[in-house]
Amino acid sequence: MSHEATEPAAADPGIEEIELELFVRAMQRRHGYDFSQYAPASLKRRVRQLATQLDCGTISALTGRALHDAGLLPKLLEGLSVPVSDMFRDPAVFRVLREQVLPVLASYPQINIWQAGCAHGEEVYSLAILLEEAGLYERSQIFATDLSTRALQHAREGIFPVREAQQWSRNYQAAGGSRSLADYYSARYGLLKLDQRLRRHVTFAQHNLVSDRVFCEAHLVLCRNVLIYFSNPLQDHCLQLFHDSLVRGGFLCLGLRESIDAAAASTDFAPVDAARRIYRRTGGEWRRP
Amino acid sequence: MTAPQAVVVGCSAGGLDALKILLGGLDPALPQAVLVCCHSGSDSVELLCELLGRACPLPVFEALERQPVRGGAVQLAPSGYHLLVEADRHFALSVDPRVCHARPSIDVLFTSAAEVWRDALVGVVLTGANADGADGLRQLRRLGGCAVVQSPSDAEAPAMPQAALDRAGADHCVTLEAIAPLLNRLCLP
Ligand SMILES: C[S@@+](CC[C@H](N)C(=O)[O-])C[C@H]1O[C@@H](n2cnc3c(N)ncnc32)[C@H](O)[C@@H]1O
Repeated sequence: MSHEATEPAAADPGIEEIELELFVRAMQRRHGYDFSQYAPASLKRRVRQLATQLDCGTISALTGRALHDAGLLPKLLEGLSVPVSDMFRDPAVFRVLREQVLPVLASYPQINIWQAGCAHGEEVYSLAILLEEAGLYERSQIFATDLSTRALQHAREGIFPVREAQQWSRNYQAAGGSRSLADYYSARYGLLKLDQRLRRHVTFAQHNLVSDRVFCEAHLVLCRNVLIYFSNPLQDHCLQLFHDSLVRGGFLCLGLRESIDAAAASTDFAPVDAARRIYRRTGGEWRRP
Repeated sequence: MTAPQAVVVGCSAGGLDALKILLGGLDPALPQAVLVCCHSGSDSVELLCELLGRACPLPVFEALERQPVRGGAVQLAPSGYHLLVEADRHFALSVDPRVCHARPSIDVLFTSAAEVWRDALVGVVLTGANADGADGLRQLRRLGGCAVVQSPSDAEAPAMPQAALDRAGADHCVTLEAIAPLLNRLCLP
């Protein structure tokens, strides 16, 4: 069976909890990355998997490597941060973006979009295609950010296994695509490469939602399946970040199974399509109706 | 083993019919939370919750992230997400890669639940055509939980319960019809 077939488990959950705490502390003090406010259950799983992948018998051994092997940082960030995505994942969401959000954005002379947690860029290219087909791309700018520098490198290249093409094409059609997804990529040697012209208005940059600030005035913030990994206070912190980045009436799009506190949502964001997790920034300051 | 505080159930191929029978036989006074991971292949478990809700005396709904685990209710993992339980007994979701081709993964749910409830957990592996759940059930037993496996000869797809028996063993290996009465006995004082 494949490497991911077995679910690594704790030898002793009590001891492992201490090890995890020390690992998080080491990442913070040695490298300046703070994972202490990530949701513990899935963080623990990933740290455990990293330890297995790097042939460290225990999380403590992984901590040793994290402290002494400076070159390991990109690998650690990649492992901790789950760059898993799809083009036009949840097509119904992209359909609403196409049919309800873009027509509103069309009224702005310049459209800024922040995609936070862009993984390998699957959703960045999806957005670029939407904008292109709506005739808006020439006046758009997409800021695609992620914590993982390796994920960003991958996103820039836009190369994926060709076996994804079938599902992604179906997604594209279901999202209301009027052409064929194949118009946007070339396939060779089992790989597909997305048309690099789609990148012409994309800026890829590392940005840590935990510690970095607002850097642009956005008309749409897309951050799907990232807050799902954060504890409540960090989720809240990010919502404020998005609020402060958005223009009044700007759109926020979260993951389909992400829940934002109903009270917060009503003062700071008004639902456009609650089932699709699409909101608009209301007026006023954060948490002041 | 102490009195169980939660029950986790995993199923795959043939799971809908099996779940109807299992959940249908639960005692309406069951105070435990029942968490279910079913590989359904559809985009949402809304319909599944509705179908099972008609068969089951307890309320059946989708587990929502950041919400507390509810006793006396059946909660299903959403499709496309792994379901985990935090130490403070709230649900967490993840879109980490599939495990054994599955998301939600039974192994992921069982492993995280086992760490929370330790010996106050019952795990049930039902029909299925893969090996998901076997590692999770082994971990659950190692931490003192009680393992129930549907007899492979009784299962629509025997591979999954067989893998569970091979890798984890079981405290009870019984027919589908016998599982609900067994859970009622284990769970009610
Ligand atoms: C599961 S992917 C989401 C991909 C895509 N948005 C989707 O929904 O398909 C989560 C991404 O969030 C990124 N991430 C995790 N923690 C982050 C942080 N503190 N700041 C910025 N990005 C982060 C990860 O590197 C990963 O690429």
